[in-house]
Amino acid sequence: MDKGGGLMKKQWFTISVYAENNVGLLNRISGIFLKRHINIESLNVSKSEIEHVSKFTIVVNTTEDWTRKIVQQIEKQVEVIKAFYHDDDEIIYQESALFKIASHLLFDERQIQNIIKESNSQIVTVSRDFFVLAKTGRRHEIDEMHDALEPYGIMQFVRSGRLAVSKVEMPISTMLNNFQLDK
Amino acid sequence: MQTVKEKKKEANSSTKIKISGAEAIIHCLLAEGVEILYGYPGGAIMPVYDELYKFQDKLTHILTRHEQGATHAAQGYARVTGRVGVAIATSGPGATNLITGLADAQIDSTPMVCITGQVARHLLGSDAFQETDIIGISTPVTKWNYQVTRAEEIPEIMAKAFYIAKSGRPGPVLIDITKNAQFDELEFSYEHCTGIRSYKPVPTPDESAIDAAAKLINSAKKPFIVFGQGVILGHAEEELKKLVEKAGIPAAWTILGLSAMDSDHPLNVGMVGMHGNYGPNILTNECDVLIAIGMRFDDRVTGNLETYAKQAKVIHFEIDPAEVNKNVKADVAVLGNSKDTLNMLLPKIKENNHEAWHNEFKEKYKIEFEAVIKEELHPTKEGLTMAEVINEINNVSQHKAVIVSDVGQHQMIACRYSKFKQSKSNITSGGLGTMGFALPAAIGAKMGAMDREVIAIIGDGGYQMTIQELGTIFQNKTPVKIVVLNNDHLGMVRQWQELFFESRYASTVMSNPNFVKIAEGYEIKAKKVTERKDLKSAVAEMLASKDAYFLEVKVEKEDNVFPMIPSGASVSDIRLK
Ligand SMILES: Cc1ncc(C[n+]2csc(CCOP(=O)(O)OP(=O)(O)O)c2C)c(N)n1
Repeated sequence: MDKGGGLMKKQWFTISVYAENNVGLLNRISGIFLKRHINIESLNVSKSEIEHVSKFTIVVNTTEDWTRKIVQQIEKQVEVIKAFYHDDDEIIYQESALFKIASHLLFDERQIQNIIKESNSQIVTVSRDFFVLAKTGRRHEIDEMHDALEPYGIMQFVRSGRLAVSKVEMPISTMLNNFQLDK
Repeated sequence: MQTVKEKKKEANSSTKIKISGAEAIIHCLLAEGVEILYGYPGGAIMPVYDELYKFQDKLTHILTRHEQGATHAAQGYARVTGRVGVAIATSGPGATNLITGLADAQIDSTPMVCITGQVARHLLGSDAFQETDIIGISTPVTKWNYQVTRAEEIPEIMAKAFYIAKSGRPGPVLIDITKNAQFDELEFSYEHCTGIRSYKPVPTPDESAIDAAAKLINSAKKPFIVFGQGVILGHAEEELKKLVEKAGIPAAWTILGLSAMDSDHPLNVGMVGMHGNYGPNILTNECDVLIAIGMRFDDRVTGNLETYAKQAKVIHFEIDPAEVNKNVKADVAVLGNSKDTLNMLLPKIKENNHEAWHNEFKEKYKIEFEAVIKEELHPTKEGLTMAEVINEINNVSQHKAVIVSDVGQHQMIACRYSKFKQSKSNITSGGLGTMGFALPAAIGAKMGAMDREVIAIIGDGGYQMTIQELGTIFQNKTPVKIVVLNNDHLGMVRQWQELFFESRYASTVMSNPNFVKIAEGYEIKAKKVTERKDLKSAVAEMLASKDAYFLEVKVEKEDNVFPMIPSGASVSDIRLK
């Protein structure tokens, strides 16, 4: 995936790592970034579409050259099945955020209701003291919602790492099947 | 003690044998063909030591005097034999003392398995006595590591450890075993590991890359081969020689590639790198096709990357895909084991002879000989040079010895002037540059090659970093030959201070003890040479000795190693003085 010319330009890349479940692997992978002084902008670990295979989704802002080298180092780890990297055009991606807000604002501030409607967010729970809003979307949408709510007071805020799926196939099952056949 | 097989034979064949985790570890080692291991006991590994005691007729344990020494001895053994070296230590400080050896083995791709004891599972995370997070600490310096907390895991994990350490690009593996897993019993059976689904140690060679490489080589006017340890690790020495001879290509070695080819082969043009030879460095920037085989373009080899071989097409033969385009962009990358890929390449190579090009190397050698080598080998000054000592060793050993060097000026001199006839004969800490490596590594090398002469070349600084291993030599009567080239300085650092810090010798002057007496304290025969006239007979006496021998040679205090590529400079800017 050489996009010609842009190898040395800093941009966003999403690295997807398919790996065996192992306690030490997160440490091993994050060490690869640490050693090269490259910041992980976001990280998400979850199960993948394949049983017993977990998926790391790592976002970095760096050059393609560095991203490629990092991916090579990640792939070299014994427990990593395969790692890919993609730019933003090659993936479908989302982040999730939760906002905890004082309940009385829902009634005192009419604008809050408009923000909820316009942002396409959901009310997850409402109690006497607070309610919780959930928003899934692009980072800038979550940022905009955050900025809109901030003047009224946000009791707690949290945003997830990026979740992403690629437009093209990531043929992990085929690779694993080939290993079985080779044996 | 009986092996499991023998036990099974005796017992009814259908009964499963129950043994302790500690005993299982021994059976795993035996099943992997381990004959010797290096280590140091302590609380958390005592159950394993108890089994080592019982199995001492089948498995030799060498008590080193420090765990770092155990790792370097295991490395020396691994590098001379090509087999997996094994080191063992207790938890906490025993485990942390392994780190330098692990880092060294990691960067120099040495197959090694380290076993550490750990506090019992129920104590993990409680800051128990001698608990340390060795998995966390060793992660960046191991190819793989794993903490075993249940006895049943031992056979599978040990099999994986050996498989990972030796397959593909070799490297160190650390297995941390909690004390309960050593005591608890398991039903033992052992199966060698032959594959791990997430791990592809050797990439499948791509026929089209081989074709592209052959095409470039066949049409090259000034082809140049630079080869590294990948040739030795891949057992491709014969294939390399065939390629060099068939295509008539001058070939240079990196420091870890030393001895993969006969030193006196006419097409061997010497060493690349910071203190390598003049010709191969300067002509790197004049070749038209650079063929890199099993080497990783370390910065000590390339100097400034912006001015490294920019005129050349680069072909990179490499087993580790992560090395391709890491430092130098390859026009053709040939992935795979060097023996396989060279064998695929050879029939496609046309016979050739690049005489005029080869002559350029010979011309450059003449320049280097006049400017540097002549005076080094045959000094006109009074003081002894390091190179004349190495030269004398060459003369007596007839190029057959294993040379184990430490780190510093003497290392560069040993690598520049030692002569080799046989592969796996140069053992040095290349990537990490670990002072203190040579003495324990020589012990391991000797134990791995008892029929060969093993000579450690060490500086007065590095010698004192692991000097306690004289105790290991004493106890085991290991007949290694130890040469300390004593310049009463941390010579290599002093050289940099002289050249780049206006001779401010900050903490590089050494007052040294009486090394001969120290050796004699360990009942090792010892001699000190301070004058040229005594050198020849001393070297002859040392190499005639059936036992260990210590030779100190007082060399010129402020000699510098040349040629030299100042760090960050271009290979073209190599200095002769
Ligand atoms: C463990 C370690 N500490 C520090 C260094 C930095 N260093 C590199 S060469 C050198 C001097 C070595 O002196 P000596 O062993 O006397 O050998 P000489 O250079 O004089 O031949 C030092 C301090 C190192 N390579 N390794």
